[in-house]
Amino acid sequence: MKSHLFTLLTAALLALSLSVRGAHAATLPATDDPEARGLAIATMSDETNLGFGDTKTELRMVLTNASGQVSERRMRFNTLENKDTKDGDWNLMVFDEPRDVKGTAMLTYSHILEPDEQWMFLPALKRVKRISSVNKSGPFMGSEFAFEDFSGQEVGKYSYLWLRDEACGDRECHVVERRPLYKHSGYTRSLAWTDTQDYQIRKVVYYDRKDALLKTLTFSKYKKYLDKYWRSHDLYMENHVTGKRTRLVWENISFRTGLSEKDFSQNSLKRAR
Amino acid sequence: MKFSVDGYSRFIVNNPILVIVLSLIWAGIAIYGITNFRFTNDYRYFFSSENPYLTAFEELERTYSSPDTLLYVYQPKDGTKATSAQALQMVEEITTQGWQIPFSTRVDSITNFQNTRAIGEDDLEVRDLVVDAGQTDAEMRAYVEETILNEPLLVGRLLSQDARTGAILVSLRPPRDDTMATSSIVQAARDLRAEMRKKYPNIRLELTGSQMLSQSFSEAAQSDLSTLTPLMYLIIAAFLVVATRSLSGTIATVIVIALSAAAAMGFGSWLNIPISPPVSGAPVIILTVAVADCVHLLITALVARGNGADKKTAIIESLSINAQPVFLTSVTTAIGLFSLNFSDAPPYRDLGTLSGFGALFAWIFSMSLFPALLTLMPMGASKSVDMQSRIMGRFADWVILRRKPLLLIMLGVALTSTALLPRFTFNDRFVEYFDERMDFRVASDWASDNLTGIYIINYSLAGDGPGGVSEPDYLEDLDNFGTWLRGQPEVKHVASFADVVKRINRSMNADRQSFYAVPENRELSAQYLLLYEMSLPYGLDLNDQLNVDKSESRLIVTLTDVSTVEMQALRARALGWLRENTPEAMHVEPSGQAVMFSYIGRRNFEAMTQGTLVAFLLISACLMLALRSLRLGLISLIPNIAPPVVAFGVFSVIQTEVGFWTSFVTATAIGLIVDATVHMLTKYRHARINLKRSAEDSVRYSFATVGTALWVSSVILVTGFMVLTNSPFLINGMLGLVVSMTILAALILDFLLLPPLLIEIDGRLRGDAPSAPTSTPTEAS
Repeated sequence: MKSHLFTLLTAALLALSLSVRGAHAATLPATDDPEARGLAIATMSDETNLGFGDTKTELRMVLTNASGQVSERRMRFNTLENKDTKDGDWNLMVFDEPRDVKGTAMLTYSHILEPDEQWMFLPALKRVKRISSVNKSGPFMGSEFAFEDFSGQEVGKYSYLWLRDEACGDRECHVVERRPLYKHSGYTRSLAWTDTQDYQIRKVVYYDRKDALLKTLTFSKYKKYLDKYWRSHDLYMENHVTGKRTRLVWENISFRTGLSEKDFSQNSLKRAR
Repeated sequence: MKFSVDGYSRFIVNNPILVIVLSLIWAGIAIYGITNFRFTNDYRYFFSSENPYLTAFEELERTYSSPDTLLYVYQPKDGTKATSAQALQMVEEITTQGWQIPFSTRVDSITNFQNTRAIGEDDLEVRDLVVDAGQTDAEMRAYVEETILNEPLLVGRLLSQDARTGAILVSLRPPRDDTMATSSIVQAARDLRAEMRKKYPNIRLELTGSQMLSQSFSEAAQSDLSTLTPLMYLIIAAFLVVATRSLSGTIATVIVIALSAAAAMGFGSWLNIPISPPVSGAPVIILTVAVADCVHLLITALVARGNGADKKTAIIESLSINAQPVFLTSVTTAIGLFSLNFSDAPPYRDLGTLSGFGALFAWIFSMSLFPALLTLMPMGASKSVDMQSRIMGRFADWVILRRKPLLLIMLGVALTSTALLPRFTFNDRFVEYFDERMDFRVASDWASDNLTGIYIINYSLAGDGPGGVSEPDYLEDLDNFGTWLRGQPEVKHVASFADVVKRINRSMNADRQSFYAVPENRELSAQYLLLYEMSLPYGLDLNDQLNVDKSESRLIVTLTDVSTVEMQALRARALGWLRENTPEAMHVEPSGQAVMFSYIGRRNFEAMTQGTLVAFLLISACLMLALRSLRLGLISLIPNIAPPVVAFGVFSVIQTEVGFWTSFVTATAIGLIVDATVHMLTKYRHARINLKRSAEDSVRYSFATVGTALWVSSVILVTGFMVLTNSPFLINGMLGLVVSMTILAALILDFLLLPPLLIEIDGRLRGDAPSAPTSTPTEAS
């Protein structure tokens, strides 16, 4: 999912970890150093997204509860890669459906270990509100996704431990345990399956605060853009405790659309609709 | 037939060791199943899958979140406030630790409450109400207290109005297929309580909630099983020795009882029946059946010994005489117990199945192992038994002489009792099922006196289509319903989505109190909600209050320790209010455990009454076949049905409120009720048909042959069941009392009503003239 919300690694991390360039499994640290190996895998995965510039996408979210009741949300999502590699990306989300929130727009300057900065424009109130909160772990629009599942998967957000390599579907994957470094995360840890060929995340399993299995996120329908950037078009999150599911469908992704910092300002929020 | 029984009996007394070994092997195989024991204390197991209240409950669980709870309630002992620095520190710790309790999905406390606050005109802050509790100063604590006392979601639920008592609520979702989930939850919850009590000795900390209620049910049942039940066995054994003066007979009886019960429980495990609290009552039911079987065999053998027969001959004679009636009582009792399968509640079905098999095991062991054991042990003549049969003979004469007044009095008692039955009302107060000796009762009473209760009902109220919860009209209705509910005497607290929206509205408008109201239009509410939801942390979201398309919200109502009758009354009033004041989509019934359990008493009693009647009809049909007499079969209905009726009739004089324990009574007593009737009738018929005696002489014969066995087994069982009245668990206590009364009623009716009935009906219809009393037959067969 790193793929969606972009991110750069810090130069320091890069330097520290490896001299990876056109990373290959052969250059990974040995299996007797699982921490370095885990970090290297995450770094290589993150690197595949380097330099994407900006993207515009449309998002459809389908929520299903344990009784099978279904509800849909739609939004548009613009992202600007942060030039500062020590920080998270910027994004602007405009809600289209349900109708009563149409035109509501949310601007986020995401940060790695600090609370994100967030502003929201409410058309019914015709005002921009700044939201001050440390929380990134709550459900996004009532779905099974938390904002932290879904926003940038910068390398600096976790500590890593490589566990094993194993088959995942018709590919081979590295299985890496990630422990969030952000104090207010909703998880103790997650396991990420990253394939050994394209270094894209295929599956993530989340464990709650008591380290009990909570959710599984599956990525599918990967497509390659600009000959380099992979994007999954179908993210499926299943909550094992409540039986609720959410499918997140990414549509009409376009790269390098000419977005700039001024499109991610508080003033731009009001124009966003 | 007699010949083959005779051959069988000879085989047993001649090969006692072989019989014992075979019995033990057979018992061993059944008992081996115990290694697969599966316990369950999941209260949902009480409801069949087609039960509408369970369906509603599960729908609620799927739509929102699980309503299972643990509630920590605390109060500083020194009279300081529940918002003191130390108290807040403990709350913060329990809140954090609460997430570690198995299957917890949410922890709500005054420290992690997501407080919204306006900073200036356009900044909204959403954060834990208390951060770093240990560092708070007086000013901060005053702000916290003021915020809580003005927040309807918190006051009266997580902090009392006087700010002296506070609570931490842990919501859990134990998986359905893990029958031991509750035990692991409760274990972790108690460990946390112990740790906190040690760390904060100045704060009283108690633990209650729906999971504690579930656990208390099974702990109460288990505690009785390990203390009172053995005591009951002991008293029964002691009485048996006194009544029969036969130590060997007593030992053999106790072995048969224990093996029958153990084999039935093991067999149940082979059938994959989980051990739920009701099922743990099976050993006691099996005990009554086994005692009755053995006492008949023993007493007949002792009588024969008294008449000069040697040991083996006495045993053979006893087996021959009792083979048919013991078989008949076992089969009919098993039918009666299997009738528990009519119950709506699966644990009762299991109880019936297990006890039914237990009755059959008791029959097998008492007809094989029991005589084999007797053969190997010394058995002298019992003067006591001998004397008792003589007394029985004189007693028979008295009954026959006074049969007309007895008939009138007894029928009068039975009819009066029947007339008293409609006075009963079904009312369960679940907390009061446990007396003050139990931790859960103390904690719940204290919590209820100081802050809140554990009875929670939920209304899922629908708005107008997807997103409808944001409509001002809907929110106004919701708010008004909440206000109405808060005015009801049974209601402790109401958590309404309307209060969430009102609070956000205020915070979005610079915390101006004038905006503490439902927003003016739907878009505004929906957009506030979107913003607020974005700012909530893991586990503290609104998914437990809103469904996925935001067309319905859940109103959570906490009640005082209401009885089921009060609960149903409130439910009816609430529905009336909704009908009068809201659109049709909101005219709904509440759901939740408290609602489910409020119907369990009546639903089960109705199912069980039908089941018991069907069982008695089947038993009578069996007796008609076995006795080859339509008339005797019909007559048997009266002494079978009358004992529980009379017992409940007398009980109604003491108390007219009954609970769901009543469903157990007849099932538990049925072994003895049927035993008494069958033995009296088979002996009567034997005398009447085979010995061609008159009705009166046949009655004398019945008394002389089985009277002693009947009164001995009845008195033993009455005494045994009286032990149960000492239980801290009301279900067992009441069961002990009313079963004792039922057995006593059965004995009295079989002695004082059945014989006059037989003489007046059977005697008259067969047209033989009442004869003068003749000498009492003392020899058997």
